[in-house]
Amino acid sequence: MSRTLFDKLWSDHVVCEPPGEPALLYIDLHLVHEVTSPQAFDGLRAAGRRVRRPDLTVATADHNVPTTDRSLPITDEIAARQIAALRRNCADFIIPFYDLDSAEQGIVHVIGPELGLTQPGMTIVCGDSHTSTHGAFGALAFGIGTSEVEHVLATQCLPQQKPRTMDIHIDGELPESVTAKDLALAIIGQVGTDGATGHVIEYTGEAVRALSMEGRMTLCNMSIEAGARAGMVAPDETTFSYLEGRRFAPRNTAKAADWDDALAYWRTLTTDAGARYDRVVEIDVRALAPYVSWGTSPGHVVPVTGSVPNPSDTATESDRRATERMLDYMGLEPGTRIEDIPVTRVFIGSCTNARIEDLRAAANVVRGYRINPSVHAMVVPGSQTVKRAAEAEGLDRIFIEAGFDWREAGCSMCLGMNPDILQPGERCASTSNRNFEGRQGRGGRTHLVSPIMAAAAAIAGHFTDVRTWEFK
Amino acid sequence: MTPFRIHIGRVAPLDRPNVDTDQIIPKQFLKRIERTGFGEFLFYDWRYTANGEPDRSFVLNANEYRGATILVAGKNFGCGSSREHAPWALLDYGFRTIIAPSYADIFANNCMKNGIVPVVLSEAEVEELFRRTSDGRGYQLTVDLERRTVEDDQGFSASFVIDDFHRHCLMEGLDDIALTEQYEPQIAAYEARRATWRDSH
Repeated sequence: MSRTLFDKLWSDHVVCEPPGEPALLYIDLHLVHEVTSPQAFDGLRAAGRRVRRPDLTVATADHNVPTTDRSLPITDEIAARQIAALRRNCADFIIPFYDLDSAEQGIVHVIGPELGLTQPGMTIVCGDSHTSTHGAFGALAFGIGTSEVEHVLATQCLPQQKPRTMDIHIDGELPESVTAKDLALAIIGQVGTDGATGHVIEYTGEAVRALSMEGRMTLCNMSIEAGARAGMVAPDETTFSYLEGRRFAPRNTAKAADWDDALAYWRTLTTDAGARYDRVVEIDVRALAPYVSWGTSPGHVVPVTGSVPNPSDTATESDRRATERMLDYMGLEPGTRIEDIPVTRVFIGSCTNARIEDLRAAANVVRGYRINPSVHAMVVPGSQTVKRAAEAEGLDRIFIEAGFDWREAGCSMCLGMNPDILQPGERCASTSNRNFEGRQGRGGRTHLVSPIMAAAAAIAGHFTDVRTWEFK
Repeated sequence: MTPFRIHIGRVAPLDRPNVDTDQIIPKQFLKRIERTGFGEFLFYDWRYTANGEPDRSFVLNANEYRGATILVAGKNFGCGSSREHAPWALLDYGFRTIIAPSYADIFANNCMKNGIVPVVLSEAEVEELFRRTSDGRGYQLTVDLERRTVEDDQGFSASFVIDDFHRHCLMEGLDDIALTEQYEPQIAAYEARRATWRDSH
């Protein structure tokens, strides 16, 4: 019988299906960070439970860490206490921990792939909704709450209701300067922020095949913003060549042909011809433009050539009220051209867009320019590894000479748990994933864009169509 | 977790779609390492003005909704971040059930792990509840998980769908880790047949 990629991953991980209960799913990799884990470890202690598979568990500190000089103590005592708790929990339960002083520390969804921990065919969970990122490798990867973190720590399993499947088929070739981020925003704009609720998305089609691994990660990362349980891309040669030789990727040795065995299995991870999805959405990207969000939900997006919508054009009374509320929060007038909206802050970072290709592309826009005097801009690499690679290529000099802050790795202003936040009323072009009210700081106004759109906005002082950028 | 069978309580209306977990519990309160004490920070940026005064225009600050234990909200409630601090905050504040046309998956899951029932009613039924709640006279509902119904004493009656397993866990207040531990032989057998290269890290 023809099966989808999801069907294969699901059935390969079912431990048992007790009658009247959800299936019990085995978890191959559990990523842990400081914010959603302390209560889970406390729960284990209270119940006298151990961590069943510390060898399938990996931790790092990313959410609340400062992005300034790492040799200085953390000034936020509560944040320091939370990181200390993770350090102690990892020591007590023998879990590998990439601490703040580690050369591999970084955003959990950046370091997993980078270290070769993330592999095709795996089930991957983390107490973070953007775990969907890892689906780029053809893994079933989804975010969980802290009770489930405790469940996986204790049993390496999760009871799960089988989600439905959704094919997002993306035809055509992305135009120049239109990126995976624009594609993600366009998809969310089309299906809505709850359009994929209860579904696992598989992204298919020639535009997806043409994406690099980093582009696929950006696309899968934002699946959750369409409400999806997970997003995935079937693995192919792009995936395999990315993985080969990474530290924790399987390798052939004198004793075992692990890489060959893994590769043989990974090649089976495609959707069979004739397999059926519960839903199919088709998108053609040949005419896609760079996208900019205007509201306080990631589905509220328009092409950079567009304008802020008018509440009176909405379909229902409830939508009209919601739109008015958003425009009021965002300080925007209906009909304003997107390119006429000034920005005072620019953030290039987050698990969506802080990998080396993102920084290269942004640096390419910035090279030879100075940022607008009214703008404060920062680049926060996704990991220490990305930061070192960027510095080796001289990207840091390009950003610094243009007037950007060049920071240490972490989640930073994507969610503003550390000191990197917007002040009330500040307007930010951000490469992150959520433009919710107050997400980047109370009263802060976030516009989601790609790294090159953010870089161009930093220089222009307002949104500008990066397709017409004059590169130096 | 406290078992949930029948709950009778005062209703508060939050007539907004896409209420995300960043609104339910803003990030600055996620640094606590306990499960308790989040209630005072629930909907913080909406409940309090920038200088920390209660914002009188926000529904939970109105006298008629004080002590509410049932929250009625718009569609896609709990979207965004997976933070379980959101249901912890709702529970700590006093909410035992939420009624909305739809929920984000992770949030609904997190609620059920904490004894909060995420009741799904149709958009029309939720609209009707908004209408009935807005008269400011301490509107009450009865949520009966056993019968899967929501009723008031003025003729409103609706039924909702929840799968048998989750209903059973909520009604008994079960620790589902203990349930999974019953399948230890199956887990060990799965691990024994799992490819060895999967353990290479």
